[in-house]
Amino acid sequence: MAQDRPSAAELLTAIADFLREEATPALDQAEPRLGFQMRVAVNSLAILEREVRLGPAADAREHERLVRLLGHEATLDELNKELARQLRTGERDESDAALMAHLDATIADKIAIANPKWR
Amino acid sequence: MTVHMPSETENVARVLADATSRHFGAPATIERLSRQSGGASRQTWSFDALVDGERHALILRRDPPTQGKTDRERAVAIDRATEFRVLQAAHAAGVRSPEPLFELTAQDALGEAYVMRRIGGIAIARKLLRDPPYEAARGKIASQLGEILARIHATDTATLPSLVRREAADHIAELRRSLDMLGRPQPVFELALSWLDRRKPAPLARPVLVHGDYRTGNYLVDESGVTTILDWELAHLGDPVEDLGWLCVKSWRFGAIDKPAGGFGTREELWAAYERAGGGKVDPTRAHWWEVFGTVHWGVICLNQAFKHLSGSIKSMEHASIGRRAVETEVDLLQLLKQGV
Repeated sequence: MAQDRPSAAELLTAIADFLREEATPALDQAEPRLGFQMRVAVNSLAILEREVRLGPAADAREHERLVRLLGHEATLDELNKELARQLRTGERDESDAALMAHLDATIADKIAIANPKWR
Repeated sequence: MTVHMPSETENVARVLADATSRHFGAPATIERLSRQSGGASRQTWSFDALVDGERHALILRRDPPTQGKTDRERAVAIDRATEFRVLQAAHAAGVRSPEPLFELTAQDALGEAYVMRRIGGIAIARKLLRDPPYEAARGKIASQLGEILARIHATDTATLPSLVRREAADHIAELRRSLDMLGRPQPVFELALSWLDRRKPAPLARPVLVHGDYRTGNYLVDESGVTTILDWELAHLGDPVEDLGWLCVKSWRFGAIDKPAGGFGTREELWAAYERAGGGKVDPTRAHWWEVFGTVHWGVICLNQAFKHLSGSIKSMEHASIGRRAVETEVDLLQLLKQGV
């Protein structure tokens, strides 16, 4: 059964906003080391908020691309293990355009969750 | 009756008073002792010693006897006794590095530990890149880092303690072992390691002293520029270009992405200063190879930092969160592999 609102993303945003705007300034005054740790925590909450919102669709896209690239069905983890093995043995390399398009798309989705400002 | 249990700080202060007195041959008073940031297993303490009316600004580097290091730390990092001897050799060779003074003994019971002189300056990239006092220094840092690195690489290897020789192939094998240990498939890192494997530079006939962690965050700067190079625990023998490549990894630019040399200059400025100061001619293809390698290396270190927390060897939200930075290097790797060179 679906939970009531706030959704997971909404609740995470509310927590992160509170910690950033109210708790962090107070901590900076009282104990700067903890203020720094709190920034790390707030940043991690923002990652989780994006993951809750964007993660399921990103995983589904990655799965679909891997099935097409490797030519058979399996779990996301199994397909990635197979791809990683092929890349280590050199069965596939950067000259494979379909491979590179898959990796570009996968990493674009990953960074959009972990750190969208990364350039 | 109350029994006073000395705190760790009191214990360290007492031992330092004894050891510092022995070294200077006169009674020493310890002041302003404080633990600096750093892990539980590899500690840095700052303190002053007052000896015969003179104040000595000092640093204690210490691995406590009981704190567990991870297998990887044990495999790649040198012990404190070796680090002390590397510092002696580098300092004697005229490298801007802290002057090592004395080692603590087994009887001191602080674990592996030594004392060196403390040098002024800050290491915090965010301040160095943006704060007004460092305006003039910013223009000099890339060249200074090139000059100092040439000195490090010119250190007479006969004066060094026994160090591991680590060539390109050893580094690749080490990162693959690490990925296998971590257990999650990492296609981008595998792609990059195979790319590196096919292009790896031949071992040098005469390997040099490689600092191993030569990057922004690991040197101190004051208004005049770079004052000293810190964090020698990954020193080894190998290819000098390894240090040049590592310094240019994008993660060490701290947002100044158009300044590859640690966030302060171009690769060409860095290389020119290195060559002028007697370093070998830098081959851009070789430098690119080491920059790609450094990028995978940092990515795997991010995963390993998270694993330290996940495995229970330390409990640290900060370490855990670094795991999510690995993808930054995947973005960079896909860009770097397209550049070719």
